[in-house]
Amino acid sequence: MTKTITDVVCPFCGTLCDDLEVVVSDDGKKLLEVYNACAIGAEKFLHSQAKDRITRPRMRQEDGSWKEISYDEAADYTARMLADAKKPLMYGWSSTNCEAQSVGSEIGEAVGAVMDNTATVCHGTSLIAVQDIGIPSCTLGEVKNRADRILFWGCNPAHAHPRHMSRYSIFPRGFFTGKGHTGRKVIVVDPRVTDTARVADVHLQIEQGHDYELLDALRVAFKGEQLPDVVAGIPKAKIYEVAETLKSGRFAIIFFGMGVTQSIGKNHNIDAAIAVTRDLNEYTKAAIMPMRGHYNVTGSGQVWGWQFGFPFAVDLSRGFARYNPGETTSNDLLRRDEVDAVFVLGSDPGAHFPFSSVRKIYDLPSVAVEPHETPTTEICKVHVPVAFVGVEVGGCAYRMDNVPIETRKVVDAPEGMMTDEEFLKSVLMRVREIKGV
Amino acid sequence: MAEFLIKNGFVFDPILGIKGDVADIAIKDGKIVETSAVTKPKIIDAAGKTVMAGGVDIHAHVAGPKVNIGRNFRPEDKLFNCTPGHGIERMQGGFSVPTTIRTGYNYARMGYTTVMEAAMPPLYARHTHEEMRDTPILDQGAYPVFGNNWFVLEYLKNHEIENTAAYIAWLLRATKGYAVKVVNPGGTEAWAWGLNCDNVHDPVPYFDITPAQIIKGLIEANEYLGLPHSMHMHANNLGNPGNYTTTLDSFKLSEGIKPNSKFGRDQVMHHTHVQFHSYGGDSWANVESKAKEIMGYVNSHDNITIDMGQVTLDETTTMTADGPFEHHLTELNHLKWANADVELETGSGVVPYIYSPNIKVCAIQWCIGLELALLAKDPMRVFMTTDHPNAGPFIRYPRIMKWLMSQEAREQQIDAFKYKDKVIDATNLAGIDRELDLYEIAQMTRAGPAKSLGLAHMYGGLAPGLEADVAVFDFNPNESYVPDDIENAFSNARHLFKAGVQIISDHEIVSNGNKRTLWVNARVNENPQVMRDVKEKFLRYYTVTLNNYEVSGHYLPNPYVIEVDATQ
Amino acid sequence: METVTLTIKNQPGLFLEADSITPDAFAGKKAEEIVDLPVYVGRDEHRLGDFFEVSGRAGATPAETKIVVNGDLSRVKYIGMKMTGGEVVANGNADMYVGAWMQGGKITVNGNVDAFAGTGMKGGEILINGNAGNYLGAAYRGDWRGMAGGKIIVKGNAGSDLGTFMNGGEIIVGGDVDVHVATHAEGGKIVIKGNAKRRLGGQMVEGEIYVFGDIELMMPGFAYRKDVDIEVDGTKGLFALYEGDLGERHRKRKGQMIYGKLYQRIRA
Repeated sequence: MTKTITDVVCPFCGTLCDDLEVVVSDDGKKLLEVYNACAIGAEKFLHSQAKDRITRPRMRQEDGSWKEISYDEAADYTARMLADAKKPLMYGWSSTNCEAQSVGSEIGEAVGAVMDNTATVCHGTSLIAVQDIGIPSCTLGEVKNRADRILFWGCNPAHAHPRHMSRYSIFPRGFFTGKGHTGRKVIVVDPRVTDTARVADVHLQIEQGHDYELLDALRVAFKGEQLPDVVAGIPKAKIYEVAETLKSGRFAIIFFGMGVTQSIGKNHNIDAAIAVTRDLNEYTKAAIMPMRGHYNVTGSGQVWGWQFGFPFAVDLSRGFARYNPGETTSNDLLRRDEVDAVFVLGSDPGAHFPFSSVRKIYDLPSVAVEPHETPTTEICKVHVPVAFVGVEVGGCAYRMDNVPIETRKVVDAPEGMMTDEEFLKSVLMRVREIKGV
Repeated sequence: MAEFLIKNGFVFDPILGIKGDVADIAIKDGKIVETSAVTKPKIIDAAGKTVMAGGVDIHAHVAGPKVNIGRNFRPEDKLFNCTPGHGIERMQGGFSVPTTIRTGYNYARMGYTTVMEAAMPPLYARHTHEEMRDTPILDQGAYPVFGNNWFVLEYLKNHEIENTAAYIAWLLRATKGYAVKVVNPGGTEAWAWGLNCDNVHDPVPYFDITPAQIIKGLIEANEYLGLPHSMHMHANNLGNPGNYTTTLDSFKLSEGIKPNSKFGRDQVMHHTHVQFHSYGGDSWANVESKAKEIMGYVNSHDNITIDMGQVTLDETTTMTADGPFEHHLTELNHLKWANADVELETGSGVVPYIYSPNIKVCAIQWCIGLELALLAKDPMRVFMTTDHPNAGPFIRYPRIMKWLMSQEAREQQIDAFKYKDKVIDATNLAGIDRELDLYEIAQMTRAGPAKSLGLAHMYGGLAPGLEADVAVFDFNPNESYVPDDIENAFSNARHLFKAGVQIISDHEIVSNGNKRTLWVNARVNENPQVMRDVKEKFLRYYTVTLNNYEVSGHYLPNPYVIEVDATQ
Repeated sequence: METVTLTIKNQPGLFLEADSITPDAFAGKKAEEIVDLPVYVGRDEHRLGDFFEVSGRAGATPAETKIVVNGDLSRVKYIGMKMTGGEVVANGNADMYVGAWMQGGKITVNGNVDAFAGTGMKGGEILINGNAGNYLGAAYRGDWRGMAGGKIIVKGNAGSDLGTFMNGGEIIVGGDVDVHVATHAEGGKIVIKGNAKRRLGGQMVEGEIYVFGDIELMMPGFAYRKDVDIEVDGTKGLFALYEGDLGERHRKRKGQMIYGKLYQRIRA
């Protein structure tokens, strides 16, 4: 006999779909089938069942080989590394639950760490923009029920957030949107002809790196002022037309992604996009939302927000919280040799950071807490495999619209494996012993 | 548990009726007891000091999504004010929107032990509870917002009180909420289209219902259930010149409705931050105080309680589920604006604001708040708040006490206003010589709000059987003092007990207490129609499933459930 | 004016946070007291004297105190932070936050400075004889109150995000600047004697930008108005005047809409 678990939350991307159904074996140890998930989400669940999964901590030896160690030894090594460092970096936190993030905060306070999450290479620039100009936003249900103008700027949900378009943005039929996609106008701004651009009514094939200029041009167009003939490769007539399309809607939503957050200007691009949204609220209703990547990067920013007051790049080294991206952000710290140990949990900087930063991690004392084998586990001195959050242990996660959803446990982790939260608690206990507090 | 005997303090307690007489207060097993009931108590010498029950804040924005928006989008609110951990205290930061940890400690330092989160969007209840869990010491509860909820709009359109009540009971359980909050009824739903409801008869777009119907219906549903607290109201038209008529119209909707509650409250409507709702004039150029008119109504209608929403003349962060108001505010001051509309339920906005003594309107607002309290005939029905952080941060409560207790302090402030004469012309304050005493302050900050919340059986006084929430302040009311002595003494409690645990000893925080989260479990008759409606709306319009909506127990590690039986 | 001379003798393992190197912290102190002022490396507190030789004595007040800092200061943060008067001369490259939140006095850096110099500056003068990093004279994160007064002169080049949220004061850059100049500015004056790249005056409400050299790309929100003969920082010339950012909100004064002004030199 098998059991079907419903309302399962997908721990892959910031879309945080919560309607998955998972079939597990009668004893709750094997995960057999995943329904309703996108291909990436299903893979995340099924990956937990890999036969060759690493189930015990291991330490890199001088000859480059791995030696299995106990969780106690791994916790002791981690605690000593953090306690010995003058300014350790504790990075990641985006693929774990809020409960683990909270324990991480306590460790960070105890050792004077810099706490940073994956926003630092993703939507951290959006967070900076929000600090400069604010953000008129909404939950995804508002989009589903009301939005008739959908603008995707520098993002490609067809690939990165596969169920976004069907659950929330383009296709769903909501309370005031009974006609589904036929009642909506979809605009895509992207230099590439992406699969998302292919389903759009309008594709502005913007000249790469000219987002700030095009956003400014939209604002000029809203006010009926004169534009140069061409901005960002787009003829002015087209810009006026798109401005009119946005203004004439009942509810406009802008979704944006790493195509604008990490191209030249970074936070300024988002700042201008938010200014566009603010302007639209003079004429109609408009909202804007970052397409957050990791399923709980948003939660990490929330937890640190209420505990420290800042959503990422929080420097606790002096005993109190400080924040200034450009200084307290992971890649700046690594580039400038500002940190002397690196702890990674719930993310893969080995794959996502510039090579120069990866090299620095390799040269420093380092620990990676991570269910998978990744480029990061390859370069760290100790790898601590843990249970998959959202598969083998539940816990709170925040969707891209900041809605908190409790992920579910659907199967047992392999015998004897710790969760993120359990491992962090044992590290915290060791840190306190070492520091005598 | 340890026993304590707080000896020889000047006690101010409206429950015992003690007005500054020297008395001893005994604590045993977390409760206040007769002094004869303790055997080997630890003696706390309170000679020459003031002793009061722990403070009760009926309305503050201290936990949840919009509060955290305020924190995360204002790094400048934390610049140079983040402090290291110390003893058992964790690190803290933030001025107008402090971290949860600072929130707990700063309330405790003022002698407050119970703080209600004033607006919880149901879909974000889990977040609100996570923040309350991380707020040390304080007992807390949160009010889910109902005034723009689609279920409520649809039921009340046809005046279906029983269905509304069943839905309220279901939502309180799902969100682990405490009371029925209403914010700009209908106006925030209208704001989802960029519109608003300006008065109680301005219909809600599409839903074909007026704010008046929503207000009256929710009062009736609240009384149908017999909840501990009354309906908790933030009326339409907040913050606009001339809005006092809307406020009076809203008040009047409570007429003829009798409280049905076994929790000891007498009101059927609590109207919050009334300062923001007491403006005359028709523009910012001629805005004036209508506190007299407002208090004229409040003083003569005992089924209403109110709180002040006192402006403190600080730089702060405004945040409210009144989405259209925050948009209006950002249009006025051009500062950053966050908005967070919530599907089927509510919305919210956040904008920084500077209440400057050099701006006439800010000074008028400051006067109006104080007038409300000083014109109050019954301090058991008019409570001190700043609508934290909207009119100012809660850490200013002791400063407000100073203003309420000292005409000299008020005159000093009025003299410092840039447009002093215009402010005096537009307000009544300069002509009011009333100085509240500490007994009245205890009514406005302890006994009154506890009673209004339906929690007089737990909080607000020092009678045996109540929770042992006791504060001792370095203030001798029988010696001469300057106004600032009041502010200093009540900013920094000498000792504080929460449920019998000593939290502050000689001004040092020595315990994180045993924080509880209060929620109301109202039982109603089975209502298949409402449950069908709930299932349908989740299936068709929500973006989370019904089974992922309810906040489960572990988000409230130390819950305190208040059971209400409304089955018939 | 009394002079205190600091000479770096030990480089910190990581970076040195030395917000105590200001006339305000030194005033009224002798060398043997100054060596005891706290500095930080990561979470560890040290004495200033652990890293610097200290000689001389401070004046009675900040205004009467001059500090000369010698050596490679490229791992030293916060020199002159929040100072209200007196003088600091750094003979070498300095790291981040030189003169941040400065209110008065003068800082001279005979070398380059890294990012965030003059953050939230209110008054005084910063002279950088080398290059400046990003965020020169910008606001702290989230603050709409950027540089409010004072003057920053950079002989060399400046990085990106120059004068973000600038409200007053003056920044003069002798060389070139990177992208984003005077973003969100509501006042103040920025003079760029070399070339500029892109995004000058984006979301600008009010204020002035002068560019002597080339502008790689003008913002679409800036419109040409007219040519004007003006004198800028002692240089006379014919400038083309643009106004913007037309997409942004603007105030009216005496019935007249006030825009940000961008002057580009046509000829000397």
